[in-house]
Amino acid sequence: MAFVNLKKKELQAKIVYYGPGRGGKTTNLEYIYEEFSSRIKTEMIAIKTHGDRTLFFDFLPFDIGKIKGYDVKMQLYTVPGQVKYNATRRLVLRGVDGVVFVADSMKVRREKNILSLRNLQKNLATYQKSIFNIPLVLQYNKRDLSEQGIPLLPVQILEKQLNSKLKAPSFEASALVGTNVVKTMKRIISMTIASLQKELK
Amino acid sequence: MEYRLSEKHLEDIENILQNDFMELGVHCVVLIDMAGNIIASLDNGEMTQDIYSLAALAAGNFGAVSAMAKIVGEDEFSLLFHKGEKENIHFSKVIDDFLLISIFGKETSLGFLRLKVAEANKKIKVILES
Repeated sequence: MAFVNLKKKELQAKIVYYGPGRGGKTTNLEYIYEEFSSRIKTEMIAIKTHGDRTLFFDFLPFDIGKIKGYDVKMQLYTVPGQVKYNATRRLVLRGVDGVVFVADSMKVRREKNILSLRNLQKNLATYQKSIFNIPLVLQYNKRDLSEQGIPLLPVQILEKQLNSKLKAPSFEASALVGTNVVKTMKRIISMTIASLQKELK
Repeated sequence: MEYRLSEKHLEDIENILQNDFMELGVHCVVLIDMAGNIIASLDNGEMTQDIYSLAALAAGNFGAVSAMAKIVGEDEFSLLFHKGEKENIHFSKVIDDFLLISIFGKETSLGFLRLKVAEANKKIKVILES
Protein backbone atom coordinates (compact mmCIF):
# COMPACT_ATOMS: atom_id res chain seq x y z
CA MET A 1 0.00 0.00 0.00
CA ALA A 2 1.05 3.56 -0.52
CA PHE A 3 2.61 5.43 2.33
CA VAL A 4 1.57 9.00 3.01
CA ASN A 5 4.07 10.95 5.06
CA LEU A 6 2.00 13.73 6.62
CA LYS A 7 5.07 15.36 8.10
CA LYS A 8 7.12 15.56 4.89
CA LYS A 9 3.99 15.89 2.73
CA GLU A 10 5.10 12.99 0.57
CA LEU A 11 3.26 10.09 -1.05
CA GLN A 12 5.08 6.90 -2.05
CA ALA A 13 3.16 4.45 -4.21
CA LYS A 14 4.16 1.17 -5.84
CA ILE A 15 3.42 0.20 -9.42
CA VAL A 16 4.40 -3.27 -10.60
CA TYR A 17 4.93 -4.34 -14.22
CA TYR A 18 3.75 -7.94 -14.38
CA GLY A 19 3.57 -10.46 -17.21
CA PRO A 20 5.13 -13.55 -18.79
CA GLY A 21 8.89 -13.99 -19.13
CA ARG A 22 10.60 -12.17 -22.02
CA GLY A 23 7.47 -10.07 -22.51
CA GLY A 24 9.17 -6.66 -22.22
CA LYS A 25 8.62 -5.54 -18.63
CA THR A 26 12.23 -4.54 -18.09
CA THR A 27 12.31 -2.93 -21.55
CA ASN A 28 9.37 -0.74 -20.50
CA LEU A 29 11.30 0.51 -17.49
CA GLU A 30 14.48 0.96 -19.49
CA TYR A 31 12.62 3.10 -22.02
CA ILE A 32 11.09 5.23 -19.24
CA TYR A 33 14.52 5.61 -17.66
CA GLU A 34 16.01 6.84 -20.97
CA GLU A 35 13.08 9.07 -21.83
CA PHE A 36 12.92 10.79 -18.45
CA SER A 37 16.60 10.66 -17.55
CA SER A 38 16.63 14.37 -16.77
CA ARG A 39 13.92 13.88 -14.15
CA ILE A 40 15.14 10.62 -12.67
CA LYS A 41 18.07 11.43 -10.45
CA THR A 42 19.07 7.91 -9.57
CA GLU A 43 20.21 4.80 -11.39
CA MET A 44 17.72 2.16 -12.37
CA ILE A 45 18.27 -0.95 -10.27
CA ALA A 46 18.19 -4.23 -12.17
CA ILE A 47 18.94 -7.58 -10.57
CA LYS A 48 19.59 -9.91 -13.49
CA THR A 49 21.05 -13.30 -14.20
CA HIS A 50 24.04 -13.65 -16.50
CA GLY A 51 21.63 -14.44 -19.30
CA ASP A 52 20.10 -10.97 -18.84
CA ARG A 53 16.86 -12.31 -17.41
CA THR A 54 15.32 -10.56 -14.41
CA LEU A 55 16.24 -12.59 -11.34
CA PHE A 56 14.64 -10.54 -8.58
CA PHE A 57 13.20 -7.24 -9.78
CA ASP A 58 13.97 -3.95 -11.51
CA PHE A 59 13.31 -0.75 -9.65
CA LEU A 60 12.91 2.80 -10.85
CA PRO A 61 11.89 5.61 -8.51
CA PHE A 62 10.02 8.29 -10.41
CA ASP A 63 9.11 11.70 -8.94
CA ILE A 64 6.04 13.01 -10.65
CA GLY A 65 5.82 16.34 -8.86
CA LYS A 66 3.22 17.74 -6.51
CA ILE A 67 -0.41 16.71 -6.19
CA LYS A 68 -2.54 18.53 -3.59
CA GLY A 69 0.66 19.79 -2.00
CA TYR A 70 2.18 16.31 -1.70
CA ASP A 71 5.41 15.25 -3.40
CA VAL A 72 4.41 12.11 -5.26
CA LYS A 73 7.02 9.41 -5.68
CA MET A 74 6.04 6.52 -7.90
CA GLN A 75 8.13 3.41 -7.36
CA LEU A 76 8.12 1.36 -10.55
CA TYR A 77 8.99 -2.33 -10.19
CA THR A 78 9.09 -5.31 -12.51
CA VAL A 79 8.79 -8.94 -11.48
CA PRO A 80 10.72 -11.90 -12.90
CA GLY A 81 8.38 -13.42 -15.48
CA GLN A 82 9.72 -16.95 -15.49
CA VAL A 83 7.22 -19.39 -14.00
CA LYS A 84 9.70 -20.81 -11.47
CA TYR A 85 10.17 -17.46 -9.70
CA ASN A 86 6.69 -17.20 -8.22
CA ALA A 87 7.85 -16.64 -4.64
CA THR A 88 9.82 -13.63 -5.85
CA ARG A 89 6.86 -12.27 -7.78
CA ARG A 90 4.69 -12.52 -4.70
CA LEU A 91 7.35 -10.71 -2.67
CA VAL A 92 7.51 -7.82 -5.16
CA LEU A 93 3.71 -7.52 -5.18
CA ARG A 94 3.69 -6.79 -1.47
CA GLY A 95 2.08 -3.38 -0.94
CA VAL A 96 1.33 -2.88 -4.64
CA ASP A 97 -0.96 0.04 -5.57
CA GLY A 98 -1.20 -0.38 -9.34
CA VAL A 99 -0.32 -3.03 -11.95
CA VAL A 100 0.66 -2.90 -15.62
CA PHE A 101 0.20 -6.30 -17.22
CA VAL A 102 2.62 -6.56 -20.12
CA ALA A 103 1.26 -9.20 -22.49
CA ASP A 104 3.38 -10.66 -25.27
CA SER A 105 1.56 -10.24 -28.60
CA MET A 106 3.37 -13.13 -30.28
CA LYS A 107 1.05 -15.95 -31.29
CA VAL A 108 3.30 -18.54 -29.65
CA ARG A 109 2.96 -16.80 -26.30
CA ARG A 110 -0.84 -16.96 -26.14
CA GLU A 111 -0.95 -19.55 -23.37
CA LYS A 112 1.85 -17.87 -21.37
CA ASN A 113 -0.12 -14.60 -21.18
CA ILE A 114 -3.20 -16.34 -19.86
CA LEU A 115 -1.21 -18.30 -17.26
CA SER A 116 0.62 -15.18 -16.12
CA LEU A 117 -2.60 -13.20 -15.73
CA ARG A 118 -4.12 -16.03 -13.67
CA ASN A 119 -0.95 -16.10 -11.61
CA LEU A 120 -1.28 -12.35 -10.99
CA GLN A 121 -4.85 -12.83 -9.80
CA LYS A 122 -3.77 -15.61 -7.45
CA ASN A 123 -0.80 -13.71 -6.06
CA LEU A 124 -2.85 -10.55 -5.48
CA ALA A 125 -5.38 -12.64 -3.60
CA THR A 126 -2.68 -13.67 -1.11
CA TYR A 127 -2.60 -9.99 -0.11
CA GLN A 128 -6.42 -9.78 -0.04
CA LYS A 129 -6.42 -7.76 -3.25
CA SER A 130 -8.64 -8.38 -6.22
CA ILE A 131 -7.48 -8.10 -9.81
CA PHE A 132 -10.90 -6.55 -10.52
CA ASN A 133 -10.45 -3.68 -8.04
CA ILE A 134 -6.78 -2.79 -8.23
CA PRO A 135 -5.77 -0.09 -10.75
CA LEU A 136 -4.73 -2.17 -13.77
CA VAL A 137 -3.60 -1.37 -17.31
CA LEU A 138 -2.99 -3.97 -20.01
CA GLN A 139 -0.25 -3.49 -22.54
CA TYR A 140 -0.09 -5.60 -25.71
CA ASN A 141 3.60 -5.42 -26.35
CA LYS A 142 5.80 -6.24 -29.36
CA ARG A 143 3.31 -4.94 -31.96
CA ASP A 144 6.33 -3.84 -34.05
CA LEU A 145 7.24 -7.49 -34.71
CA SER A 146 4.52 -7.80 -37.35
CA GLU A 147 6.79 -5.79 -39.68
CA GLN A 148 9.30 -8.61 -39.47
CA GLY A 149 6.69 -11.17 -40.43
CA ILE A 150 6.41 -12.69 -36.97
CA PRO A 151 2.85 -13.93 -36.39
CA LEU A 152 1.08 -11.82 -33.78
CA LEU A 153 -2.27 -12.26 -32.11
CA PRO A 154 -4.80 -9.69 -33.32
CA VAL A 155 -5.67 -7.15 -30.62
CA GLN A 156 -9.31 -8.30 -30.66
CA ILE A 157 -8.17 -11.81 -29.70
CA LEU A 158 -5.90 -10.50 -26.94
CA GLU A 159 -8.77 -8.37 -25.63
CA LYS A 160 -11.10 -11.35 -25.67
CA GLN A 161 -8.64 -13.70 -24.00
CA LEU A 162 -7.24 -11.36 -21.38
CA ASN A 163 -9.52 -8.40 -20.94
CA SER A 164 -13.09 -9.57 -21.55
CA LYS A 165 -13.88 -9.71 -17.83
CA LEU A 166 -11.37 -7.20 -16.52
CA LYS A 167 -12.31 -4.44 -18.95
CA ALA A 168 -9.12 -2.58 -18.04
CA PRO A 169 -7.68 0.17 -20.24
CA SER A 170 -5.34 -1.40 -22.79
CA PHE A 171 -2.65 -0.18 -25.17
CA GLU A 172 -0.92 -1.64 -28.19
CA ALA A 173 2.75 -1.01 -27.64
CA SER A 174 6.33 -1.63 -28.51
CA ALA A 175 8.57 -1.26 -25.50
CA LEU A 176 11.63 -1.60 -27.69
CA VAL A 177 10.89 1.42 -29.85
CA GLY A 178 8.83 3.16 -27.17
CA THR A 179 5.40 3.18 -28.77
CA ASN A 180 2.79 3.81 -26.06
CA VAL A 181 5.21 3.04 -23.23
CA VAL A 182 4.77 6.50 -21.75
CA LYS A 183 1.01 6.42 -22.39
CA THR A 184 0.76 3.14 -20.49
CA MET A 185 2.74 4.59 -17.60
CA LYS A 186 0.73 7.81 -17.50
CA ARG A 187 -2.51 5.88 -17.45
CA ILE A 188 -1.51 3.61 -14.58
CA ILE A 189 -0.15 6.57 -12.62
CA SER A 190 -3.38 8.54 -13.02
CA MET A 191 -5.49 5.51 -12.07
CA THR A 192 -3.30 4.81 -9.04
CA ILE A 193 -3.43 8.44 -7.91
CA ALA A 194 -7.21 8.47 -8.36
CA SER A 195 -7.53 5.39 -6.18
CA LEU A 196 -5.34 7.02 -3.51
CA GLN A 197 -7.16 10.37 -3.54
CA LYS A 198 -8.85 9.74 -0.23
CA GLU A 199 -5.44 9.36 1.41
CA LEU A 200 -4.41 12.86 0.35
CA LYS A 201 -6.36 15.16 2.59
CA MET B 1 -0.37 -4.22 6.13
CA GLU B 2 -2.70 -1.23 6.31
CA TYR B 3 -1.32 1.43 8.60
CA ARG B 4 -1.42 5.19 9.09
CA LEU B 5 0.96 7.33 11.04
CA SER B 6 0.14 10.81 12.29
CA GLU B 7 2.58 13.71 12.16
CA LYS B 8 3.08 13.26 15.90
CA HIS B 9 3.95 9.57 15.42
CA LEU B 10 6.44 10.43 12.69
CA GLU B 11 8.00 13.09 14.85
CA ASP B 12 8.33 10.70 17.78
CA ILE B 13 9.97 8.11 15.51
CA GLU B 14 12.41 10.71 14.16
CA ASN B 15 13.29 11.76 17.70
CA ILE B 16 14.10 8.15 18.60
CA LEU B 17 16.27 7.79 15.49
CA GLN B 18 18.03 11.06 16.29
CA ASN B 19 18.71 10.29 19.93
CA ASP B 20 19.55 6.61 19.64
CA PHE B 21 21.39 6.54 16.33
CA MET B 22 22.55 9.84 14.95
CA GLU B 23 24.13 10.82 18.24
CA LEU B 24 25.94 7.49 18.25
CA GLY B 25 27.67 8.52 15.03
CA VAL B 26 25.63 6.39 12.64
CA HIS B 27 25.83 7.75 9.08
CA CYS B 28 22.24 7.09 8.14
CA VAL B 29 19.22 5.40 9.68
CA VAL B 30 16.03 4.52 7.84
CA LEU B 31 12.75 2.97 8.94
CA ILE B 32 10.96 1.23 6.07
CA ASP B 33 7.96 -1.01 5.55
CA MET B 34 8.19 -4.31 3.71
CA ALA B 35 6.67 -2.81 0.58
CA GLY B 36 9.87 -0.75 0.35
CA ASN B 37 8.36 2.59 1.45
CA ILE B 38 10.45 4.93 3.56
CA ILE B 39 8.66 5.93 6.76
CA ALA B 40 11.43 7.98 8.35
CA SER B 41 15.05 8.64 7.54
CA LEU B 42 17.87 10.68 9.03
CA ASP B 43 21.45 11.09 7.90
CA ASN B 44 24.56 12.98 8.87
CA GLY B 45 24.35 15.30 5.86
CA GLU B 46 27.20 13.54 4.06
CA MET B 47 25.22 10.67 2.59
CA THR B 48 24.86 10.82 -1.18
CA GLN B 49 23.29 7.41 -1.66
CA ASP B 50 19.80 6.98 -3.01
CA ILE B 51 17.86 5.73 -0.01
CA TYR B 52 14.71 4.97 -2.03
CA SER B 53 16.56 2.31 -4.01
CA LEU B 54 18.20 1.13 -0.82
CA ALA B 55 14.77 0.73 0.81
CA ALA B 56 13.41 -1.24 -2.17
CA LEU B 57 16.40 -3.56 -2.13
CA ALA B 58 16.40 -3.92 1.65
CA ALA B 59 12.73 -4.95 1.69
CA GLY B 60 13.39 -7.46 -1.10
CA ASN B 61 16.53 -8.72 0.58
CA PHE B 62 14.74 -9.23 3.87
CA GLY B 63 11.98 -11.13 2.12
CA ALA B 64 14.55 -13.35 0.42
CA VAL B 65 16.37 -14.01 3.67
CA SER B 66 13.07 -14.89 5.37
CA ALA B 67 12.53 -17.50 2.66
CA MET B 68 16.05 -18.83 3.34
CA ALA B 69 15.25 -19.03 7.06
CA LYS B 70 12.22 -21.18 6.36
CA ILE B 71 14.33 -23.58 4.30
CA VAL B 72 16.62 -24.18 7.28
CA GLY B 73 13.65 -24.53 9.64
CA GLU B 74 13.67 -21.05 11.21
CA ASP B 75 10.65 -18.76 11.22
CA GLU B 76 12.93 -15.93 10.22
CA PHE B 77 16.30 -14.31 10.81
CA SER B 78 15.34 -11.10 12.55
CA LEU B 79 18.59 -9.28 11.93
CA LEU B 80 21.10 -9.02 9.12
CA PHE B 81 24.50 -7.43 8.95
CA HIS B 82 26.63 -6.62 5.91
CA LYS B 83 30.23 -5.61 6.46
CA GLY B 84 32.07 -3.38 4.03
CA GLU B 85 35.46 -1.62 3.83
CA LYS B 86 34.13 1.74 4.94
CA GLU B 87 30.40 1.33 5.39
CA ASN B 88 28.40 -1.39 7.10
CA ILE B 89 24.68 -2.02 7.04
CA HIS B 90 22.63 -3.43 9.87
CA PHE B 91 19.02 -4.52 9.28
CA SER B 92 16.64 -5.33 12.07
CA LYS B 93 12.97 -6.19 12.06
CA VAL B 94 10.96 -3.94 14.37
CA ILE B 95 7.63 -5.75 14.08
CA ASP B 96 6.05 -7.57 11.15
CA ASP B 97 6.21 -5.35 8.10
CA PHE B 98 8.73 -2.83 9.49
CA LEU B 99 12.47 -2.83 9.15
CA LEU B 100 15.13 -0.56 10.63
CA ILE B 101 18.29 -0.02 8.57
CA SER B 102 21.43 1.59 9.96
CA ILE B 103 24.48 2.50 7.90
CA PHE B 104 27.58 3.08 9.94
CA GLY B 105 31.37 3.25 9.69
CA LYS B 106 34.37 1.93 11.59
CA GLU B 107 33.98 4.48 14.37
CA THR B 108 30.76 2.87 15.59
CA SER B 109 30.93 -0.39 17.49
CA LEU B 110 28.61 -3.09 16.20
CA GLY B 111 27.91 -4.33 19.74
CA PHE B 112 26.85 -0.90 20.93
CA LEU B 113 24.77 -0.36 17.81
CA ARG B 114 22.96 -3.65 18.37
CA LEU B 115 22.19 -2.58 21.91
CA LYS B 116 20.78 0.72 20.65
CA VAL B 117 18.80 -1.05 17.92
CA ALA B 118 17.19 -3.30 20.52
CA GLU B 119 16.24 -0.29 22.67
CA ALA B 120 14.96 1.74 19.72
CA ASN B 121 12.99 -1.21 18.37
CA LYS B 122 11.05 -1.43 21.62
CA LYS B 123 10.21 2.28 21.53
CA ILE B 124 9.28 2.31 17.85
CA LYS B 125 7.20 -0.82 18.29
CA VAL B 126 5.03 0.99 20.87
CA ILE B 127 4.38 3.79 18.35
CA LEU B 128 3.70 1.49 15.40
CA GLU B 129 1.33 -0.68 17.40
CA SER B 130 -0.56 2.25 18.91
